[in-house]
Amino acid sequence: MKLYFSIVLLAAVLLLNACKNEVEPEFNPAARGAILLEFDNVVGTRDLELNRGTYRNAAGEDFSVSQLQYFVSNIRLKKSDGSEYVVPQDSSYFMVREHVPETHLIRLSVPQGDYTGVSFVLGVDSLRSTMDISRRQGILNPTDMSRQEGMYWTWNSGYIFLRMEGTSPQIAPDPSGNRRFRYHIGGFGGGFGTPPVRTINNIKTINLSFGRDVAKVRNNSTPQMHIVADVLKVFNGAVNISLAQNPTVMFSPFSVNVANNYANMFEYHHMHTVVAK
Amino acid sequence: MKKTAFFFVSFLIFLTAIVISCGQRDVNPAVEVKAPPHFPPMVYDLSKNPVTQAGFELGRALFYEGALARDGMVSCGFCHQQSAGFTHHGHDLSHGVDDRLGKRNALPIQNLAFYHDLMWDGGIHDLDLQPLAPIENPVEMDESMPNVLKKLREHPNYPRMFQRAFGTPEITGERLLKALSQFMVAMVSANSRYDKYLRGEEKLTRDELRGLQLFKEKGCENCHSGGLFTDQTYRNNGLSLEFNQDLGRYEITLNEQDKYKFRVPSLRNVEVTRPYMHDGRFRNLEMVLDHYAEGMEDTPTLDPLFKRPDGRRGIPMTAEEKRLIIAFLKTLTDEEFLTDKRFSEL
Repeated sequence: MKLYFSIVLLAAVLLLNACKNEVEPEFNPAARGAILLEFDNVVGTRDLELNRGTYRNAAGEDFSVSQLQYFVSNIRLKKSDGSEYVVPQDSSYFMVREHVPETHLIRLSVPQGDYTGVSFVLGVDSLRSTMDISRRQGILNPTDMSRQEGMYWTWNSGYIFLRMEGTSPQIAPDPSGNRRFRYHIGGFGGGFGTPPVRTINNIKTINLSFGRDVAKVRNNSTPQMHIVADVLKVFNGAVNISLAQNPTVMFSPFSVNVANNYANMFEYHHMHTVVAK
Repeated sequence: MKKTAFFFVSFLIFLTAIVISCGQRDVNPAVEVKAPPHFPPMVYDLSKNPVTQAGFELGRALFYEGALARDGMVSCGFCHQQSAGFTHHGHDLSHGVDDRLGKRNALPIQNLAFYHDLMWDGGIHDLDLQPLAPIENPVEMDESMPNVLKKLREHPNYPRMFQRAFGTPEITGERLLKALSQFMVAMVSANSRYDKYLRGEEKLTRDELRGLQLFKEKGCENCHSGGLFTDQTYRNNGLSLEFNQDLGRYEITLNEQDKYKFRVPSLRNVEVTRPYMHDGRFRNLEMVLDHYAEGMEDTPTLDPLFKRPDGRRGIPMTAEEKRLIIAFLKTLTDEEFLTDKRFSEL
């Protein structure tokens, strides 16, 4: 009897909820709402745990990650009608830093509507990279970065797009006995000479579809898009990278392999929608 | 009566305008940075950072400020000394904090408003961003910008100086860099005896004139061209790679063709900027000319200008010709610039 009663109650609750979901929140294309992009950094099937987790790359090397940070910029959102909302460029620069949880969540003010995908630049575009310093505020400010976490090359004017550091027992020890790897990947394709010879361009545009999900941005509805970034793909990809052979990758031709790999590290995973009552 | 009142009011407005404009001029007058007529067009955009007296003075104070370095000692002026054309007198390589040795010879600071790129390898494309490199380089000033700003904010004088230069006492990285730029763009050297000769104000000696003629005939001016005495290109001038395999421009462009290439340096004030080359390997001008005459090595990216039809390399010069060319080079020394109190530490 008790069981029967519980089942009826559960069914009633489910039914009620289903009804509630069918009621579309109000949609006002002229009004604005918010969408959240959540960057969840993982390593293969496991969560990324700085300094604690030990992982293995395709080259068969064990590694730990002590630092991971990357720029996400020039965000565009695709609408269900095929059009696009481009986030105003001046407010479209973010830095995801694994050790600062607040940075995993990017909040965007967008027109209300139905969104089906997102694209962004992993890194900083060439135009911004050569702008007057007054146009590089906040996370782009090269005078506001500690060297341990800096995302800017002072000797070769330009931003580091992705910075990942850690250790691997397979790496030969440096003079201080550390078996560290340091990956600082950048390069915005600056031009030199006449006609200009372009330097390496590691700017990657990432396109993610929300699949069957539709992010409904409404007065009272804020979708949160959960994006997984699999840092194993920094090493594994078209070229499987050995940490022992390449413990340090910075501004060099080899960095192109790393950037080509990490261009595939993002995946749209699922959506939550926070509906205000 | 109405008319009188009108004139009275007009007069008052006029007076106020004068007082305001005078006041502004007294507080922080503009500093004119003129491009000498025989120079290439100015690259630095002064409209984005107009030079003012207070901004220039702040820039000078910062240029000589030890707090920009981790140890509180190694200022910009430590390695860029005025009497040596703002280079590190007598040093092949410069030593920074804790006597750590850099890998390249300190370049002169002069006429920087006219350069497209900076540094021996041209890695920096905006004068405003230049000071970040030595400040944060572990072998130079070894300091972080956030810490520099913190020290300046706690300093008894700087908030006041930033107020005078920029209107509020706020100390930001942008303001610091723009003040340094204001100081540096005003550092124009164009009053050497050679400049005065061009302007018809002074005569050169017979030897100096013959040196100038040889400078042209021998093709020196193919690269050391124009009013800056550099075409701002990067070239391999056949330096031996035996003891130094510095890749130079390649580190910036990652282009194989740019290996071992370095900026063609200006020859202005060259007499006082010894030692020479990117690693300061030549102690005097005689050694430099000996290198061009008979010391060049055929390294992979040697500039074609140095390849002679007979398969040999370099620029043939007799001892007398070298002497005359050096006599001419010394006319590029700008005594006014090297002793100008506006640019001095004290």
